[in-house]
Order: sequence, then structure tokens, then C-alpha cells
Amino acid sequence: MKHHHSTALRAGAIAGASLIALAGCSAGTQDPDAAAEAGGTLTVWAWEPTLEAVVEAYEAENEGVDIELVNAGTGNDQYTALQNAIQAGSGVPDIAQIEYFAVPQFAIADSLADISELGAADLDGTFAPGPWSAVSQGDAIVGMPMDSGPMAMFYNAEVFERLGVAVPETWEDYLQAARDLRAADPSVSITNDTGDAGLATSLMWQSGAEPFTVDGTTVGIDLEGDAARYAEIWQPMLDEDLFAPVSSWSDEWFAGMNDGTIASITTGAWMPANLESGAPDAAGDWRVAPMPQWEDGGAASAENGGSSLAVTAASEQAALAYDFLEYATTGDGVQLRLDAGAFPATTADLESQEFLDVEFEYFGGQQANQVFAESSANVVDGWSYLPYQVYANSIFNDTVGQAYVGDTTIVDGLAAWQEQIDAYGQEQGFTIE
Amino acid sequence: MTSTTRIRRAGAPRVAGLGFLAPFAIVFALVFLAPIAYALFLSLFADRLVGGVQFVGLDNFARILGDARFWSGVGNVVLFLLVQVPIMLFLSLLVALAIDSGRLHGAAFVRLSVFLPYAVPAVVATLMWGFMYGDRFGLVRSFNEILGTSIASPLAPDTVLAAIGNIVTWQFVGYNMLIFFAALRTVPTSLYEAAEIDGAGELRVITAIKLPAIRGALVIATIFSIIGSFQLFNEPSILRNLAPNAITSYFTPNIWAYELSFSGQQQGLAAAVAILMGILTAVIAYLVQLRGMRKEQR
Repeated sequence: MKHHHSTALRAGAIAGASLIALAGCSAGTQDPDAAAEAGGTLTVWAWEPTLEAVVEAYEAENEGVDIELVNAGTGNDQYTALQNAIQAGSGVPDIAQIEYFAVPQFAIADSLADISELGAADLDGTFAPGPWSAVSQGDAIVGMPMDSGPMAMFYNAEVFERLGVAVPETWEDYLQAARDLRAADPSVSITNDTGDAGLATSLMWQSGAEPFTVDGTTVGIDLEGDAARYAEIWQPMLDEDLFAPVSSWSDEWFAGMNDGTIASITTGAWMPANLESGAPDAAGDWRVAPMPQWEDGGAASAENGGSSLAVTAASEQAALAYDFLEYATTGDGVQLRLDAGAFPATTADLESQEFLDVEFEYFGGQQANQVFAESSANVVDGWSYLPYQVYANSIFNDTVGQAYVGDTTIVDGLAAWQEQIDAYGQEQGFTIE
Repeated sequence: MTSTTRIRRAGAPRVAGLGFLAPFAIVFALVFLAPIAYALFLSLFADRLVGGVQFVGLDNFARILGDARFWSGVGNVVLFLLVQVPIMLFLSLLVALAIDSGRLHGAAFVRLSVFLPYAVPAVVATLMWGFMYGDRFGLVRSFNEILGTSIASPLAPDTVLAAIGNIVTWQFVGYNMLIFFAALRTVPTSLYEAAEIDGAGELRVITAIKLPAIRGALVIATIFSIIGSFQLFNEPSILRNLAPNAITSYFTPNIWAYELSFSGQQQGLAAAVAILMGILTAVIAYLVQLRGMRKEQR
């Protein structure tokens, strides 16, 4: 909590100084606090539900500032819209939510503003190392970590109990549990999947594989070795029809988690807020457990999703945008978001006893943050995404996804995926190893 | 002296004419010619993440034409054109003839209800159908539960094109019906009276009077439908969220152009796809028009 004080002190000092400075300059100021004082309108593209409260609180504190929070789609849909706007050179928001995997692609195209000069350069150590390294591109800082996504298994304990199935601790148990759940109740699936690049890469990450290696513009891709290990569990799941064939984030997905026909999901620690709003009827039934393991007694974990808030290069109000960013990711906004169920990227919060002791009503009073914090500490080192991961993910369903409709296997699909992202990388001028 | 006057006379009207033409010419150049020129320009360049923009000549076209994904997309829209368009136009014609026959009770109600789907925005209609197609929570599931059947969701790879065809047919039967119906209303009633005197039956009236009279409308509707088929985008693009494996990123040429442009940042390739599809559409539409008009002159 210390940095909150220092921010407030500095804000006060600068606000005083800015009164003098204001006489000289009005628009285009480089000082975030002065910009907030001067007011203005910001457009924020984000799908994170907890930001609503932050926007309201920020507007209440800064009366001259009007923030329009737009949900321009989730994940890839929003990136498409954002790239669309950037290409067109109009309608670009001032701030956009960008998941860590997508940051390099936007950064390499110079679509994001370097905010180190605006104050971000002083924030080293404020955030967990993983998220911080994801927003640091060379000397530039192109975003502020908003949350992080250490993975855990969210499961509907009521369903597991009712059907007499033990909660799996390893991936082998998981496969067996999937079979047992289905045998006990044909309408129940242990989880949903229609081919999700984010999940697949996180599973690779947890298993210790490093399919993508990036060194400047030299990129190594190997999806046929260790990376294919997750197919040992996923392929039998597909062969035996154990997945609910429902895409994540669809209405059917939320309906399935709500009515218990989707019994678990393995995903990032940012999930609780989405469960609360998307599956309200199942409140009290869900619990959180560590991610299933590849080795008995292991504790390996990975990140899934997690987003930064970035100022776009096209924004004409970078200073004001940065002021909001600071409020939302390091200031009072953090606590508002935590209260609403978000998962922090700030070290102070990750380590605070208050945070670890929070009892989640939705999870029947479970202190779920302890599971997440442990997962955060056990994220496997050495992972990196492609500098064009957004594109790679967009063709995941053309290749690996075909295994879900029976035309091929996951292993062959991975080989096809590799071939296409190899070709794209070469076309884009990268050296592929 | 006379010669200079003559020159001025000959020159002056020309300038005045250009002035009158200008409002149209400027708008035409800005909104029709400029985008095409820009697409042509884009199609000659490649913008790389590493290395930036480079002139590549006709390379983009060669790569698209040599890519199996392009032909797979073209194959889909051609199949769609060959199956969906005849079904849709036949249904439209049937409804138009039925309403025009004057023997239908509540003709105004039928006309309105058949046309109504056209008034629903394509995005909304597709979301609605997408939900109905769902076999876990949608209408297909309810259907299976009530009748004890086990119909799979039509959003599987083998049936998804037919599922899209169904949505498009539902949407556009009314629109084409109105075109046909409007054309049928222009047929002079004296022709029908003459046919009656000659003892022609209803079927004979249709084949000998009504169909030849609306040939122009049929050709127009067919051309619109060809263009619509080649531009198939909204429906598959929205259904992709529900069926990401059945609808690939190159399911139709338009979807592929979109993906190339906005997921892959390959505007040059996307422009090449757009231009190639534009040429293909124009050629086929022209052939249909040529054929339609030739018969009309006969």
C-alpha cells in the first residue's frame, strides 16, 4: 500500500506546480496530473468488467474528465477492431486492453505509445516480474499490467460430489474424471473446448515446453516435440467425445457453467468476476483447485491471459490517458478491481495478507487467492510468445481445430499449425529457425 | 474575326458541360474510382513486420492464385451460388406468383410476413439463427428433447454451408419476391383477358405471359444474388464464434481477405483477393446479363 501514499503525495505536489504551469500550456501537456486537472474525454476499449467501477470512481475524483468505456469485443475480436481503426487512422481509442500475448505484435507495429517518460519508468518492482516483462519492449514500456492470470482449475464441487467423482490432481486423473462424470450423467462434460489457442499454449507452458523462442527478429518454432505432450490427454478426450463442444465466451458456455453441465474450467485467476456475472445461479457451488499436474505431487503452473492497459500511439491525450492508467493499475483503482473479483499484477497486493485472506462468497467462502498466489509463484520459467501470436492464434482453428471435428489429430494439427506460422514468419521478414 | 468567334463558340459549351458534370464526376471519382485505385495500389505492395513496405509487383496476385485456401473459398461460394440461389429465386417466384394470382387469402399478410425477415439486420438474424442451431441449449436441443430425436447441430463442417444457405434464403426470399411481384403488377390486364378468351389455363398464363414479362426482373435478381453469394461474409463471420472449426479463416474469399488484412496485417494480399473476386464477379454477372438480354431481344 506504500506506493499509494507516494502517488498521492506526488500528485499533490505536481497539482500545485501545474497551477503555475497551466498558465503557459493548455492542451498537449506531458504531465499526467496536470492533464487530469485540465480534464478531457478519453475512450477506453476494454472487456474487463471490473473497470466500470474504476471509471466511475476516477470520474468522480476528476470532474473534468469524461471516460467512455467501450466493450469492442473480447480478445481477438477487439484486436481486429483495434487494428482496423489503426489502419483507418480514425476511431482509435486512447486506451486499449491488450492481453500479454498480443503486446509484442502491437508493439512491433508501433501502435502503442511508450509511456516510460510519463512516469512508468519509475514503476519497476511495482508489478510481478512476468506481467512487467510482458509490457517492457526493449527500453520502451508500452502498457501497464492490469491483472495477471496464473492458472487454476475452477470446478463445480456440487456436480463432482453429486456424481461421486474425485477432483483430479493430475492430468491422468482428469481424463479419468472426465469419463466418470460422463458415465454418471451423460449431460455433464468435465469442460468445454472447441480448440482454443490460448488454452493450448498455456498447457504447453505448464508442461515445460518452449515451442517459441524469440531473439530479436530470429524466431524458433517447435510444436512437434514437448509442445505436443498435452495431446496425450486432449486426444483421448476428443476421441471419446468428452468435451462440451461449446466455444468459450459464447452464451452456451455461460449457460453450461450456470446449469452444471460444464463441470470445470482450467483458466486464469481473472475468472471469478466472469463466473459471478455469467453463471450467477451456480454461486456457492464452484471452488478453486490447483491446476492438474503432469507429475504426481507437482506444482507447475502457467499464465493464461492477463491483460495490460496500453495507451495507443494515435492517442492525442497520452498524458491524461496515463493518469487514468496509473489510477486503474497502481492507484485506488486496484482495490476497486480486487473487490470486484479481479486478480492483481501488483506485488504489494499479491503478497498482502488482506488479499490472501479474502473469502469468496461465490466459492462458498473459500480463500481462493491463496490457490492463485501459489500458482503465481509456480509459473514455469522460460516461456515466450511469438511476436505475431495474434495471427498465429487466428489460424489455430484452421489447423489444430480440425482435430475437434474429426478430420485429423491434434499432433498432425500442430504440425500444420507450425508449417503455416513458419511460412507467415518468413513472409513477414523474420528469420525462422 | 469570324474564325475566332467560331472557336470560342465551339469551346465555351464544352467548359460549361464539364461544370455541370463536375458534381457527379467528383463524387463518382471519390467514392467509386479512388477506392478501386487505392486497392490496386495496395495490391502491388507487401507490408512486413520486419522490413516495412516493399514493392512486389504482381507477386501478391500470383501467391493468391497459387494458394489452395483461395480456391477452397471460391469453391464454397460457387457451390453456394449453384444451390442456394436457384432455391431462393424459385421460392421467391412461387410466392410472387401466388400473391399475384389473386386467389390467396390474406395476400397482404403473406406479402408482409415473407418480406419481414429482410427488415431484420443480417447480424441480428444470424445471431438468432446461430442460437436456434445450437444442439446444447438452442432450438435443436429442444426439438430433440420433445421428439426424442438426435439431430446434430447443423453447424458441423459438412452442413454449415447449408445452414448458412438457410439463413440467407430466409432473409432474401421476401426481397426477391417484391422485385418479381412489382414486375408482375406491370403486366397489362388486357393480356390476361385475351388469354382467358383464348381458353388458356392458369399454368399457360404463367409460362406464356407472366414469366416472359418479368424476364428482366429475373435477370436483375439473379445478378444481385450472384454478387451477394460471392460477397458472402456476415453470416459465416458471425457463426465462426460458434463453430470456429467448421468455418475456417478462408471459408469464403471475403472472410479470407478480412483475416489477411486484420489478423495477418497483409493488406496487399487482401487487396489482391478483393480485386480478383471483383473481376470474377463482374465476368460472371456480365455473362448472365448477356444471356438474359439476348433472349429478351429474340
